[in-house]
Amino acid sequence: MGFEFHTSSLKAAVNWARKFSLFQYPFVTACCGMEFMSVAAPKYDIARFGAEFPRFSPRQADLLIIVGTITERQGPALRRIYEQMCEPKWVVAFGVCASTGGFYQNYSTMPGADQVVPVDVYIPGCPPRPEQVLDGLILLQERIQRGEGHSQIAIEAEKGYDVPLAAIRPLGSTHRKEEP
Amino acid sequence: MAQIVLDRLGARFTGGEILESGSEHGDEWARIRRDAWIPVAMFLRDDPSTKMEMFIDLTCVDRFGKEPRFDVVLHVYSVSLKHRVRLYCGAPEEDPWVDTLVSVWAGTNWFEREAYDLYGVRFKGHPDLRRILMYPEFVGHPLRKDYPKEKRQPLVRRQAGAPD
Amino acid sequence: MDTTDGPLVPPQHRRVVLGFKDAEDLEAPDLPTESLPLNMGPSHPAMHGTVRMVLEVEGEKISSADIQIGYLHRCFEKESESATWTQVFPYTDRLNYISPMLNNVGYALAVEKLMGIADDIPERALFIRVIVGEVSRIADHLTCLGAGAMELGAFTVFLYALKAREWLFELLEEVCGARLTSTYLRIGGVHFDLPPEFGPKLLDILARTRIVMSDIGKLLERNRIFRDRMDGIGIITKEDALAYGITGPVGRSTGLAYDVRKDHPYLVYDRFDFDVPVGSVGDNFDRYAVRVEEVNQSMRILEQALATIPAGPFMINNPRVALPPKSETYNSIEAMIAHFKIIMDGIHVPPGEVYSYTEAGNGELGFYIVSDGSGRPWKCRVRPPCLPAVAVLTKVLPGLFIADVVPTFGMMNMIGGECDR
Ligand code: SF4
Repeated sequence: MGFEFHTSSLKAAVNWARKFSLFQYPFVTACCGMEFMSVAAPKYDIARFGAEFPRFSPRQADLLIIVGTITERQGPALRRIYEQMCEPKWVVAFGVCASTGGFYQNYSTMPGADQVVPVDVYIPGCPPRPEQVLDGLILLQERIQRGEGHSQIAIEAEKGYDVPLAAIRPLGSTHRKEEP
Repeated sequence: MAQIVLDRLGARFTGGEILESGSEHGDEWARIRRDAWIPVAMFLRDDPSTKMEMFIDLTCVDRFGKEPRFDVVLHVYSVSLKHRVRLYCGAPEEDPWVDTLVSVWAGTNWFEREAYDLYGVRFKGHPDLRRILMYPEFVGHPLRKDYPKEKRQPLVRRQAGAPD
Repeated sequence: MDTTDGPLVPPQHRRVVLGFKDAEDLEAPDLPTESLPLNMGPSHPAMHGTVRMVLEVEGEKISSADIQIGYLHRCFEKESESATWTQVFPYTDRLNYISPMLNNVGYALAVEKLMGIADDIPERALFIRVIVGEVSRIADHLTCLGAGAMELGAFTVFLYALKAREWLFELLEEVCGARLTSTYLRIGGVHFDLPPEFGPKLLDILARTRIVMSDIGKLLERNRIFRDRMDGIGIITKEDALAYGITGPVGRSTGLAYDVRKDHPYLVYDRFDFDVPVGSVGDNFDRYAVRVEEVNQSMRILEQALATIPAGPFMINNPRVALPPKSETYNSIEAMIAHFKIIMDGIHVPPGEVYSYTEAGNGELGFYIVSDGSGRPWKCRVRPPCLPAVAVLTKVLPGLFIADVVPTFGMMNMIGGECDR
């Protein structure tokens, strides 16, 4: 009993540290990139939320932000970048194109980046407003704190730990206001 | 505005190379026989009264159900004389080819690759006729009217049940 | 015109490399080098949008470059073939996504030319189009300058430029409700009138942007690192510009004085007094300088347009094109039917073909439209202004160093959405 208590609070501390030290890799492809610039620029300043530093190598990053339309031709590149990142890693789909394909439904665009990589947080909008992006980032941080990121779950499962079923529930059913 | 170009073309090419010409909404156009495509382009570029030294655009139209099915459409412009003209060159469905204009305007290179990629019109003598917008594994020519809009040809997909 | 002549060598007198007299001194002739393929992209921090370059390098020198575009092919044409004429506007926004208003203008003018209603557009709508277009152009150039400088390590410039761009975006948001993807124009006019107090606000922003521009100039123009990497690098000749069809700032930097706004005035550009900056060498620095000067000229146009904009309607008075006012739509059956017809069937455009061209942020933006008389375009081709500028890189890059790729590419201002459509 006491042991479990210690591990879980240690986990919480680790997750707490993780959520404020996100090193992001922006996979910028399209128009959303312009809004992404705005998010990083002085006025909205994503650095205030602990996701400061864009790393331009996926090997140094743990947050992949997919910004813009993913086409079929880009799929292999995206997959490869995701595989190069170290565990645990998180993925944010920025904009409707990265989430579902948006209003591009045709032979070349992929209906959402989650066809290729697992996505933790979807930020809708075409392009999403910077405030929305910050909101999405906070959602992700809370997800990290709870240990519900896709790759966090995968690591736990690999180690043979019991994964709480609640952790796999779809993101839409949780809201951060409900959390203590 | 560019009527002079059409007049010059008509005067220079009298052997039926100019199939049709006209003016529509202020744009002058001419339809060129396929074997005269390069000579006409050369002439337009070099003749002092036309001087079409600037390449603007090359694309293709799929006139599905008509003959010839494909029309390669070229827009050129003269910076010094400030006029422009549109040229068509038809290519039938069974064997769609047109001569390449890379030797006349170097910039047509990528535009011809694009027309080849999206419409499947081959450009004879092109130095590097590869797909440009789609990936090499792609089958078919997507801007043809008979290519379904949402027919995807995925390169990668997540496997169902994989841990990720 | 000749595609076979050799790689372009930067003029030696303009390049000073760390104490060496010229670039050739850097080469040690006795070191054997082997040619090595080097892959840049498709996800590379300095590749705006996504593009892949396969370079053949010998030591640091590029011997051949294969540039692969198409990573952002979103099928503008196929999508617009299944949309009504008005529904194409959102797709045009996303062509050159830094200056969506200019794309809207290009498309609206093309359809109006095809419908033959170009002369009936109210004066105020024309002025509004000019104003929002020029605001967009300033935002476009600011982004290009800021991003180009950031890639060379001048992060401050990037932050300054984005600060100014943010003001412009917020102003455009007041006009049309969206920061970036505006869809503000309609066939026959614009969707809303300008908001109250627009003029004073814009003038205030212009004054502040001038300060930002002068700060950027102070940071860059006499900056040794910046000049060394821009001067004499990536030279494009005027002949190449003609043969490749390069227009816009890149074309003008080569000395080719072609600006659609001046040579074939559309909207009301012929009423304004502005200059077209032209470069002399055609290198990266010229492209930078042309862009800076174009921002100033756009500000001049804006000031004149604000001073002379007339009052009046901002939408064409033609019930087949314009939606009826909302108050009528809700209160009379005729207006409601008209509204329904225009929304569901789309505007009726007569059969025909047209090529219409405007000056967008990167050069001549052409729309070649084929209509078969049904409610949807048969073909809606956009002539991408930055595709030729990217195409010429295959000729410009050989002979340069790897480090020169980034500033050269940055100053071409490739916009993925427009290049790949
Ligand atoms: S969501 Fe909209 S703004 Fe973002 S990439 Fe897609 S089309 Fe562009």
